[in-house]
Amino acid sequence: MANQKVNAVIVGAGAGGGVVAKELSTNGMSVVLIEQGDWISYDEHTNDELLSQRVTVLGNSCGPDDKHHSRVNIHPDGSKHIVLPSEGDFNNISACVGSGTVTYGALAWRYMREDFKMKSTYGHVSGSTLEDWPITYDDLEPYYEKAEWEIGVAGDDSLNPFAPPRKKLQPMPPFTHNKEATLLKEAASKLGFHPFSIPMLRNSVPYGGRPACYRMRTCIGFPCPVSAKCGTHNTVIPVAIKSGNCELRTNCIVSEIIVNEQGKITGVSYYDQNNKKQTQHADIVILSAAAIETARLLLNSKSKFFPNGIGNENDWVGRNLQGHAYPNAHGLFEDDIFDDFGPGSSVAICDFNHHNPGIIGGGYLSNSFICMPYRFTNVRPPSEKLWGKSHKEFQRKNFKKVAEIHGPYQEIPSFDQRVQVDPVVKDFWGIPAARLSGKTHEEDIKGCTFMAEKASLWLKEAGAIQTWSSLGIANGVSAGQHQAGTCRMGNDPKTSVTDKFGRVHSTPNLFVADGSLHVTNGGFNPALTIMALGFWVGGYIASEWNKGNRFK
Amino acid sequence: MNNQNKFSRRQFLQVTGVGVGGICLLANCGNSISIWRFFSNTEAKLMDAIADQIIPPDDWPGGSESGVTNFIDKQLVGPYVRFQQDYRKGLLAIHDSCNDIYNKQFEELDWNEQTAFLEKMEAGKMHGNIWSNGFDKTFFSLCRDHAMQAYYGSSRHGGNRNNKSYQMLELDYPLIIGQNRYKS
Repeated sequence: MANQKVNAVIVGAGAGGGVVAKELSTNGMSVVLIEQGDWISYDEHTNDELLSQRVTVLGNSCGPDDKHHSRVNIHPDGSKHIVLPSEGDFNNISACVGSGTVTYGALAWRYMREDFKMKSTYGHVSGSTLEDWPITYDDLEPYYEKAEWEIGVAGDDSLNPFAPPRKKLQPMPPFTHNKEATLLKEAASKLGFHPFSIPMLRNSVPYGGRPACYRMRTCIGFPCPVSAKCGTHNTVIPVAIKSGNCELRTNCIVSEIIVNEQGKITGVSYYDQNNKKQTQHADIVILSAAAIETARLLLNSKSKFFPNGIGNENDWVGRNLQGHAYPNAHGLFEDDIFDDFGPGSSVAICDFNHHNPGIIGGGYLSNSFICMPYRFTNVRPPSEKLWGKSHKEFQRKNFKKVAEIHGPYQEIPSFDQRVQVDPVVKDFWGIPAARLSGKTHEEDIKGCTFMAEKASLWLKEAGAIQTWSSLGIANGVSAGQHQAGTCRMGNDPKTSVTDKFGRVHSTPNLFVADGSLHVTNGGFNPALTIMALGFWVGGYIASEWNKGNRFK
Repeated sequence: MNNQNKFSRRQFLQVTGVGVGGICLLANCGNSISIWRFFSNTEAKLMDAIADQIIPPDDWPGGSESGVTNFIDKQLVGPYVRFQQDYRKGLLAIHDSCNDIYNKQFEELDWNEQTAFLEKMEAGKMHGNIWSNGFDKTFFSLCRDHAMQAYYGSSRHGGNRNNKSYQMLELDYPLIIGQNRYKS
């Protein structure tokens, strides 16, 4: 039986799509939310380090799987690699209801004012596409607030002098620090930095009908066994379904956006859980499949009206792909700093996000999450051997004595960091695979060097007897879990893909609501901003719909 | 190749059950019955020796006792099916090179000779066509990573026998509320 036409079909039930589904369905619009993955239950995915979303050597616990998916990665030397989802070069997020919000570290940052005005703040950067957003922090502020209250954030920005202004406090008190973070907090204050407890999309007290976090060792990369981590899967998506207006369809792979004989977008075609081709017609199509898959879907939707893919008249779809470089330092301490009070990553400073001499932008610095035993086998000073007797001794002696400081450096976007579709490689369903290419901008090396030095300095002040650092810059394309930028919003259709409400310039009824919209990616984890944009785009569609606008 | 070798390539191939360049996709397709899923008994013995070099036995189990070979064998017919060729080719290459250099099998070398041999692989300094294109380096790093995963990962994948590595790190595992497995 053919699917009934609905008001809106949303592709992807992650941070952006889940929010849009809630905004539209509670406004009375009929919605179909299509997700490539399935619901995740903790029992199936436990805290097995080798099969998680953090370490993926034996596969992604929350998808996608290696049997049905692949991508092509072009290295800076021009070599072509076919990569599986469990390999780092795939640049995976997740494939399940809630997507990355099920297993993320759940850092709940608002981008700073400057992050929306990078070009005005720093000027033109040669070889880059650095630009201002068409919206400001103040435009997005009420939507950050919605995300914080409807999904749930623990934090207190009053201790962070660099935090942008807010009208309402975060709904839950901030997290307390473990032994390592307490030590680092004191050291940061001594250095004149401004440490505070990181805002988290995680319950510090019972909230939203779910219990408080019980401070496990495993958090990032794993679903929460008590649902204390706040994602779209346990907040807005259930609200959408409860409205009676939203049908969630899991295990469905969208292959194309359908264009009719008049050149109008009428819905999407997809393969259902039995790999049977289906169509879903809708008045409005919203793409929330994240920066790589949203771009791939637009580029794979070729027709006589859109010979280069939808929205790609000026060759901007898939451009400006950004993630984050992660400059970092490790410090070895004399005594144990590990007290198994999880999940780690609680103390941060925003002293190095902006206005530091010689670098463009920057990023916050914080302690990292608890490092699991296999991951720790690669944490060694450069002089240490990576196997043998001494390696095992280091593991035994120092597992509880090493801290890591790191932070997401705001990368300088460029036109050649991009997503294309590969002419040869296809996925299980015969859909052309995403092909990633590009290299980081040279400014990034300067910025990451600066941040890695500050990280070492902080660790030394805290008492580390030895420190070693790394720039954390990927070999070639940077995307991963923080992927963004491939359908940037802008006022000029010639240099952007969507308008400021996420509507694709060349089509009246096609929207994007995910990290693809980001013009620049901030020196912060992007999840809360993607959620806020979900409220922004979804709120716009709903209010226009109520005014009678049918986006024709 | 020296035909006087104590343990010839022909014999190694016979017991692994492959023709030159061929791949054995089925377990137990060699002349001798293998107790493994992918490895032949001979390959597994060699793998055990490599595992002990990567994670040597001390007060705590070495790689072989911990089940590194079992882990790799299990993954090679699962998520690591794509590495089957590398292991078949790499273990044979180690066997051949040891035969050429020492006229011995890897397991028969003394401890320091074994270490030196693997260090040479790690540094990409092996000779012979079979090691070309950096295969020495990549195969060593594959063995090293997989051994670490086996030893320090969850025991449900076939390694980390009795969760010994977690005990060694004084890490209670698995995390069960109200119960610490190693404390009575």
